[in-house]
Amino acid sequence: MSIQAAPSQRKETKVFGKRVPRLEDLPLVKGLGRFVADLSFPHQLYMRVVRSPIAHGTITRIDADEARKAPGVVAIWTHADIASYPLIDFRDPSAEALMPYRQPLLAKDRVRYVGEPIAVVFAESAYLAEDAADLVFAEIDELPPHMDAQADCASFAPGISTEPIVLKQGFGDLPGAFANAHCVVELELSIGRHSGVPMECRGAIGRYDAAQDVLELWGAAKVPLRNRETMARYFQRSSASVQLYELHVGGGFGVRGELYPEDFLVCAASMTLGRPVKWIEDRREHLMATNQSREQYHRVRAAVDQTGRILALSDVFFHDQGAYVRTHGARVADLTIGMLPGPYHVPVYQGIGHFRLTNKTPAATYRSPGRYEGSFVRERLVDAIAAKLGLDRIEVRRRNLIPSADMPYTRQLGALGTEVVLDSGDYAGLLQTSIDRFGWDELQKTIRVRRAQGEFVGAGIAMFLEKSGMGPSDSVTVSVDPMGFVEVVTGGASVGQGFETAMAQICAETLGVDYRRIRVVHGQTDRIRFGIGAHASRATVMTGNAVHAAATNVRDLALKHASVLLQAPAELLDIVDGIVARKGSPSGPTISLGQLSRQLSPGPEAIARGTNGLSCEGWFYADHMTYPYGVHLALVRVDGETGQVFVERYMVASDVGRAVNPMIVEGQVVGGVAQGLGGALYEQFRYSDTGQPLSLNFAEYLIPTAHEVPDVEVIVAEDAPSPLNPLGIKGAGEGGCTGVGAAIASAVDDAIGIPGAITSLPITPAKLKALLKNRRDNSNGDST
Amino acid sequence: MTDEVDISLSVNGRTYRFKAEPRRTLADALREDCGLTGTHLGCEHGVCGTCTVSMDGQPVRACLMFAVQAQGAKIVTVEGLASGSELHPLQKAFIEHHALQCGFCTPGFLMLAWTELAKNPNPSDEELTDILSSNLCRCTGYKNIFSAVKAAANEMRNGAPK
Ligand code: FES
Ligand code: FES
Repeated sequence: MSIQAAPSQRKETKVFGKRVPRLEDLPLVKGLGRFVADLSFPHQLYMRVVRSPIAHGTITRIDADEARKAPGVVAIWTHADIASYPLIDFRDPSAEALMPYRQPLLAKDRVRYVGEPIAVVFAESAYLAEDAADLVFAEIDELPPHMDAQADCASFAPGISTEPIVLKQGFGDLPGAFANAHCVVELELSIGRHSGVPMECRGAIGRYDAAQDVLELWGAAKVPLRNRETMARYFQRSSASVQLYELHVGGGFGVRGELYPEDFLVCAASMTLGRPVKWIEDRREHLMATNQSREQYHRVRAAVDQTGRILALSDVFFHDQGAYVRTHGARVADLTIGMLPGPYHVPVYQGIGHFRLTNKTPAATYRSPGRYEGSFVRERLVDAIAAKLGLDRIEVRRRNLIPSADMPYTRQLGALGTEVVLDSGDYAGLLQTSIDRFGWDELQKTIRVRRAQGEFVGAGIAMFLEKSGMGPSDSVTVSVDPMGFVEVVTGGASVGQGFETAMAQICAETLGVDYRRIRVVHGQTDRIRFGIGAHASRATVMTGNAVHAAATNVRDLALKHASVLLQAPAELLDIVDGIVARKGSPSGPTISLGQLSRQLSPGPEAIARGTNGLSCEGWFYADHMTYPYGVHLALVRVDGETGQVFVERYMVASDVGRAVNPMIVEGQVVGGVAQGLGGALYEQFRYSDTGQPLSLNFAEYLIPTAHEVPDVEVIVAEDAPSPLNPLGIKGAGEGGCTGVGAAIASAVDDAIGIPGAITSLPITPAKLKALLKNRRDNSNGDST
Repeated sequence: MTDEVDISLSVNGRTYRFKAEPRRTLADALREDCGLTGTHLGCEHGVCGTCTVSMDGQPVRACLMFAVQAQGAKIVTVEGLASGSELHPLQKAFIEHHALQCGFCTPGFLMLAWTELAKNPNPSDEELTDILSSNLCRCTGYKNIFSAVKAAANEMRNGAPK
């Protein structure tokens, strides 16, 4: 396989796979990072958004007269002022049926969620903008809000319903399989509405450079090059006259870096008002305006044989999209269906997703989109199969896992527009490793002893299948300057995950230089023509392999020319620490990469040689995604009085193919667990019946603190390098999060001794208290 | 809205004089008037702790104070931790233990740890968890922040420069 070829090129500097410190850290620990709020331009204006206080209604009038007279106000816009701007487009081509549901920059005559922008104020300072915004008054005739995605559909607009699309995928004879089943296991499950909630709120600065006729958006993230295309299309400008600049990003998690109304508004205003326009979101706004996620209601059924083998799986679910369809289209619901069967062999499958709008903040992706939800559903189901047949939870999993001999495994499903073909994996092997390491069997004894003493303790398990490395392609340019410093220009993006370090490690290893002499450029649309960015755990796979390709080209070029100068065949030369020398004879003649760069620099000779400096482009293409996988294990204790869940132990085993930097991978996994725990136990965007959001600050929306997150044990497995890329890499960004809801639910069931008790996330103390009360009442009466 | 007043702040051993409205928060003053943008704003309602600075040795939420209230106090921000190019042991430990990912919460955690370790140089694990639980981090899951502070506390007790 192609993965065999890579190690021989990697032995020189031994930085690939090492826990080296991150290149990103120095400015950040000194407080010298530059996040978007930290950047200011001369003569900038501040934008403040006036948001709808009503979940659903008709705007009859917006009175901004008073506000216009307020000190420092330069302009106030309502929809009428920008009526010619279209709705916000999808990033990827999406179903025609979704088009009418896109969001306008400012509400026209209907408001559809609390927090929807209805006007914007531009003023000389942030304080003055906020003062004036308080004086803008909207008269809104309330309409009944539609808050339940499971209820009968309502009307979004005359003639169109709140269900734009029903997604459907599947294969095999469903009725036949159910008719012949030994038994059928059926569950109703739901996942609460929660989201990424990064510590940095969003922000954007629009700046129009009239001298060059270039529109700039500062504070871009995640997918700057793709967003440039959307922006250029939106403003009907050439791509070359639109530039996006990524600064430091205080966490992405899927929500940051999408294009929202505010991004377009600062750009439009900078052109109209002729001054840079800065907008910084506050936390209250964030919790009502930035993409929410997850909320789904599933009705899942499995047909099984007497040994617990799944014969068929059928899932019908309702996806609560909120008030508009944003840049992702229906991607989350689509991913839910495409990834739901996970690591198991499912001979017959049908997934049906009702994609529905409600009067809540719009939803989109959040770390492990569709998989956090789907894993909860699938793993709950597997636990239920075990309970129904009186089998061991782990044994049922083992029986259903896809064997490694079946890889690559074609799923007959699609996800993100590509066919799901599982590339490699030893699922059963990793399951065994992790339960051994967790001490599962001994743990059962301890649990029994503790239960006998009256404690509610239990262990839980969940397996996950992730996807990463979405194509189709990435390019990178690697250049060595005359001082021997290396620049790696990527089309990637960094949302704080250690992208620069990982790319530098790959380049260093391939080229034979110190990774600290490498500068990695990302998120700057004026530096590279093509690239996608950092989402869907794609960066390390796609950009990483493009770095590898470009660095390999530079290496070949360097060796070719060094071979003439050193009078030795290229095969006998090696590059160590930026110095080219004969292999095994460091005392012989040498030449540095810097010197080579100088010799190859543009000029008549270089042209004759066909070089243009010591600089090469490299590309990486992928038709298919690669599929990381793993196991989550949890030990929890439930407080019988308060219903509080204490996570005593947590382990994640995650196969990432090859880990570029295990320290960073572990960091990603642990961070993912913390977020997954939030969704499992604490976090939820709650709404009143009238559509008022009830989670608008950090006292109402509860993010786990140092108290709640346990010491997570991580196994970074490299059992199954991906055959789809030369480095064998699979993404590591999401697997830590994916299985948490499922594993915690499994453990809580076990702790309270009621299989299948947990049917919804988050598992709040109130829910658990009710379950425990039921349990007591039942055991006081007859047996359950 | 209101008239600006003269404000003078002592930050990292330097005096900053500027005019601002009395309602200007300490965090905004540090960031906008003193140009010290290392003090971040993650919530502006006193929960997340990304705006934590030291005021006369106490960790305070700079988003919950007005700049005028901080006059006369000795303020230390994250920019004041390193001496020249020599990082503070806490800063080094954060790098070594991978205690930051996006780094947005980092200044707040550094200042929280810095002030608390000055008061109690040898916190127990429970005490340290308690201390760290007053700030939020969305990326790291806290484990590495805990290890970093613990390691730095050790080093600081063993006589490294403060
Ligand atoms: S910004 Fe001050 S506590 Fe969050
Ligand atoms: S490192 Fe990102 S919030 Fe803490």
